Parts: sequence; structure tokens; C-alpha cells
Amino acid sequence: MYRYDEFDETLVRERRLQFADQVARRLSGELTEDQFKPLRLMNGLYLQLHAYMLRVAIPYGVLNSVQLRALAGIARRWDKDYGHFTTRQNIQFNWIRLGDVPEILEALAGVEMHAMQTSGNCIRNVTADHFAGAAADEFLDPRPYAELIRQWSTLHPEFSFLPRKFKIAVTGASHDRAAVQLHDIGLHLKPGRDGSPVFAVFIGGGMGRTPFVGPLIRDELPADALLVYLEAALRVYNRHGRRDNLYKSRIKILVSALGADRFSAEVEAEYQAMRTESPPFPPEELARIRHYFAAPPFETLPADDPEFQALRARSAAFDRFCRTNLHPHQQPGYASVTIALKPIGGVPGDCSAAEMEAIATLAALYSFDEIRVTHEQNLVLPHVREADLFALWEALHAAGLATPNAGLISDIIACPGLDYCDLANARSIPIAQAIAERFADMDAALAIGEVKIKISGCINACGHHHAGHIGILGVDKQGEEFYQIQLGGRADEQARIGTITGKGLPGPEIPDAIERVIDRYLALRLDSDERFIDALERLGRTPFEEALHHGAA
Amino acid sequence: MAQPEMRLLDRHGRIVSGDEWVGLADDAPTAGHMAVVVSLKRFLAERDVLLSRDFRLGVRLDPNEGPEALAPDLERISAIFVAFPVFRDGRGFSTARILRSRYRFSGEIRAVGDIARDQLFFLLRAGFDAFELRDRDHEAAFKWAQDSFSVVYQPAADHAAPAFARRAHPPSEGQF
Repeated sequence: MYRYDEFDETLVRERRLQFADQVARRLSGELTEDQFKPLRLMNGLYLQLHAYMLRVAIPYGVLNSVQLRALAGIARRWDKDYGHFTTRQNIQFNWIRLGDVPEILEALAGVEMHAMQTSGNCIRNVTADHFAGAAADEFLDPRPYAELIRQWSTLHPEFSFLPRKFKIAVTGASHDRAAVQLHDIGLHLKPGRDGSPVFAVFIGGGMGRTPFVGPLIRDELPADALLVYLEAALRVYNRHGRRDNLYKSRIKILVSALGADRFSAEVEAEYQAMRTESPPFPPEELARIRHYFAAPPFETLPADDPEFQALRARSAAFDRFCRTNLHPHQQPGYASVTIALKPIGGVPGDCSAAEMEAIATLAALYSFDEIRVTHEQNLVLPHVREADLFALWEALHAAGLATPNAGLISDIIACPGLDYCDLANARSIPIAQAIAERFADMDAALAIGEVKIKISGCINACGHHHAGHIGILGVDKQGEEFYQIQLGGRADEQARIGTITGKGLPGPEIPDAIERVIDRYLALRLDSDERFIDALERLGRTPFEEALHHGAA
Repeated sequence: MAQPEMRLLDRHGRIVSGDEWVGLADDAPTAGHMAVVVSLKRFLAERDVLLSRDFRLGVRLDPNEGPEALAPDLERISAIFVAFPVFRDGRGFSTARILRSRYRFSGEIRAVGDIARDQLFFLLRAGFDAFELRDRDHEAAFKWAQDSFSVVYQPAADHAAPAFARRAHPPSEGQF
């Protein structure tokens, strides 16, 4: 993975000292909260319902064990012994004291981490496929480009006061696990006609109160022209994006207002002009960055380790885990392992300090020291030998981290909701917990197969409800929590926004309603290979909508 | 032209005393001034007259006004005043960068409006070289902005060498 050199290290240190000065000015009263607010928001510090929340950047979701241990240390020393992994592949600490922030940032800087640009109207921390550099279906590792974007977007001279926040996601695989079409800019790295890497560039996707699937704005962009093209797109947005209305300020509104063709033409004109104005980005720098993402020293192994297969045959519980929590690796004899942070009854994405430390140890032992954070709020050990899977599973099991539900109905995305968040209208976490408890039987859940439930506590859609096969949106009706259900959303390469169904339901009715939908699916599916989303698309939403609302007592 | 509570600073953070520029309303006469700043609207309406006079000419661009309309005349315009009516409106950064990198404008680009120390770092990089700063302690503010970062990642109008240009040695083999 990428390692800081003196330049990266210096910049992070200088930013930390600058922010420490801003915190000191706030604590001394030199700055009012109003004056401090835009400054703290440039460094990931929010004032939530109960305390300050610090959001730490995990660039494209990649961590090593030393970094994960440092996060555990922060949770122990300055928070309530846990952290919360987010849909942006970051981690949030929810119970932070303002006066501790400079020390926390110092601890982070010690392991090449920071909180820069995890909030504010700037280019946010770039996200990527969590199986990057590992997945069998990958064309090219997107991480060198993600790192290039990280550096380019840090303290950008032109784009640090954008109309609104700006999120970029990258994938290099055929199956999109980074939801690129639901980002301000989504980048899909693929082979061009002559085999050299090109990007399909989607611009103007997003969720929030006006969800859009991003249209394809530029196909076959030569990969080495990426930064110039991004600069052109950001310039068009910075100049022409709306600033009069907070809710219409994202780039998706501009793209939709101009139409994809006109927007694309504007960016293209800017791009062509820019190409003549500045020297091209030096290819040596991309080569330098790519060097850090060289494959770890894999052993040459047979594709199906016989011992691994024998252990699966012997242990039903291990086999259950392998069915859901493994992902095919590009290197024969290896697999990527999902550690689902979705224990039944737990809080999606929460991870205790002890759990982080246990995972760090296992990453060092079994996964070349690497951990990934997924936008589905799980962790991944990307490079595990099949021969080590049983030992790893036993260790995870002992730590309470072997819930075999990755991709299943209880692997739910949920925002922090009204339990923490200043913006929320309703709670998300208890709804996620109640649904997971309803589907706690793992064999039954496996028989149901892949279902993606995503829950947001308000219209800002941090819980990605628009992209859920079943999306749940909390609303406030005269002081009571109600939940709108959407059906048919998806965040993959066939991204789609879910359709709202009928009236909202009170929270206690949600598990029954979801169960009725699932029962209807089980009754209607062609066979167990037809996933929930496939059946929904084949049959239309009517039968499911009926089950949802008309079976109510 | 700076407001009484503002300080006009040059690109080195030095106070400019005796600002020669006079901002003119669209209907105010130009006679008797050495250096006048007019709105883009007035410039476009009275272009030929304004360019023929012997005062130095500056044009004020509001955030929704790009520099494109000025392109043919930039050699005869001495200064562009880029307005930042509110702190969070960053359109002026694009205006300055286009002026410097596309049109190679070498005159003064002045940031006017809601300018505080927290934008200065970015303004300097984007190509501004004069600032009407609202911070009371302008010297400290400027120094703070200038000294905050010794490393930048992007090439920009300030010609600071980006990190990639300063990186001499690629990492050794086997390091990842």
C-alpha cells in the first residue's frame, strides 16, 4: 500500500499544526463557534447531538495493521472504546472532546493518517472497490489512480470552496462494488480498444433528496489524462454549479439541468483547452505511486487447496462462512475474506477497540498486513491463503467476528440516525437491529440469498436507501418516526434508484413488512439462483408492494 | 478602493498605502482619475471609449462573470478585481486561474470582498497578487497563510514546485 514520503508527511504535519492553532483559538474564545464551524468542517470535525464527532479519512478504504491498531488506541483513549465504519470507507469517533482533537490528529499523523477533507464543500476522501488489487474480475488495480486523486485533491488551489461536497469513486473491475454511478464522479477503469487503460467517466450521480444515476459523460478517456479531465469537470462545476440553494448545489443538479450532452460538451471544451495550457502530468509519478501497490509476494499455489476443501466438508459452520464471506481472488489459492461488522443485534459498522486489535493481528498473520473498509460497513482481509482460511475463521469465531452473513439480508447498511446525528428525523440503528433479529437464522438467511437492505434516518441518504434492493427512509410525522419503503434500488453496474411504495409504516411494523416481502419472493422465485433483485425486476414491484402493505394486520 | 476596515496587501503581504484605484459606478464620470475600475457591464458597453483613454483600466468581475469576455482586450487592461461577496463562494478561484494559465494575464488580480486569512493560501496559489483583507491583524494573518504549507501537490499559478516535481528518488525495489 502507499507509504508517505517526506512530502506527504510534511503536508499532514503542517495541516495538523494549522488545525491545532484553530482549535486553540476556539478554546481561548478568540473564535466563536460560528467562525470556527467552517474551519472545523474542513477537517472532519462535526458537532453532533451529544458531542463532537471526528471523521478520519481512510483513503480508498485501505489500512494496514499498524493503522488499525492506532484507530483502536484512539477509541480506547479518547472515545468510548469503539469506532464506526461509514459508507464512505471512513471511520467516525462519536464521543470526542474538542480539546483532545489536536492530540488525536497527532496520533493519526504518526501512522500516516488524517481527517482532512472528510467534510466541507471540497473534494472528499476518494473511495474505491474494496477488493482492489485482489478481485478475480479486476482489469486493473484502481488504487494508484485513487492515490493520485487523493494527492491532487488535497488542498486544491481552485476547488476548496465548491458549491457543495464532492465525492469521487473508482473501480477497475467488471462488477462494480464501489457504486461509481451514484457518485459525483464515478470512474470505471477498463481496457481500451488497443488494450491500454481508459476510464468510463460517470458524472452527476448521487443520492440525497434528489437521487440520480450518473450518466456516462466520457467514455474511453485515456487513463493518463485523468487529472486534466477531472480538473476540467470540477472547473465547470465550480463555475456553474448552483450556489443559491443548498439542496440544489450538487453537480447532479447541474448535469440534469444542462442535460448530459451539453454538460459533456462543456467539460470536453475545457479539457481540450487545459491540455494545451499545462505540461502533462509526469508519467514517472504514476509509476512511482503504482510501485507501492505491487502485488504482495504471493506463493504459487494450486487453485483449490485440497485441505481447505476437506475442512469445508468436515465443518458445516466453516462451510457456511465460506459460502457467504469469501470472494474470488485473482491469485490461485487465495481468497478475500469479508469480516461482517453486522452481528445480529449489533450496530452496523461499529467495531470495538478489542475487535480492531484482533483484526489487526489477523491481518498481519494472514493477509500481508492489509485491511480494507467496505462502503457496506464491513472490513475485508484481501489476500488470505486458502490453506489459512480455517485457522482464520476459528480466530474470527473466537473474537465474535465470524458472522456468516456478508451479502445476506442481515448485512444491512444503516446511517447513525437519530441516535447520534444532528440532521436525522428518525432512528436507523434500532430498525436495522430489529430486521437482523427477524432474520437471525443463518440457514434461513442463506436460503433467501442476496438481499441488500439500506436504511437512512433522513432524506440526506447517508444510509444509501435509494440504492437498497429494499430501501428504508426514516421520516418524522408530527413527532412520530415513520419509515418509507423503497423497492428495486441497486448500487452495482446496473445502478438504479429504488421506487417509493405506498405510505410509511411505523417502526415496529417494519420487520413484519420485510418478512412478508421476502415470503412473497420465496413463493415467486424461479429457483434459488434467482436473487431477490432479479425476481423483482422480472415481475415488477406490484406483488412485493402488495405484500408489503396489504398483509398488514 | 479598499473599504476603511480593510487592508490592501500585495502578494508579499505588505500593506499598499495610497491605493490608486478608484471604483466607479456605472454612471460616474471617468474624468480626473489615474486608474479606474468599472463593472464588466460598463466595460462591454463603453469598451472603445474606455480603452482609448489615458487612465489605467481595471475591470471588476462578479462571481457569475467569467474572464472570457475580456480575453481580446487583456493586454490593455491593467487589473482585474475579482469579487468574493461571501467567503464560501469559490468561483473567483477559477476566474484567476483561467486569467493566468489560459490568457497569460500578467496584470494585477485583486481579491475583493469577504476575504479572510483562511482563503489566502488558496488565493495566492490561484494567481491573485493583491488582497483586500478583513482580518484586523493582517500581518499575522498573511504570515499564517504563507507559512502554513511548505508542500503542495498541484502545479498552480504561484509556480511552487509540486511534490511530484520535488520527488527525486523512486522507492527501492520490493517496497510496498
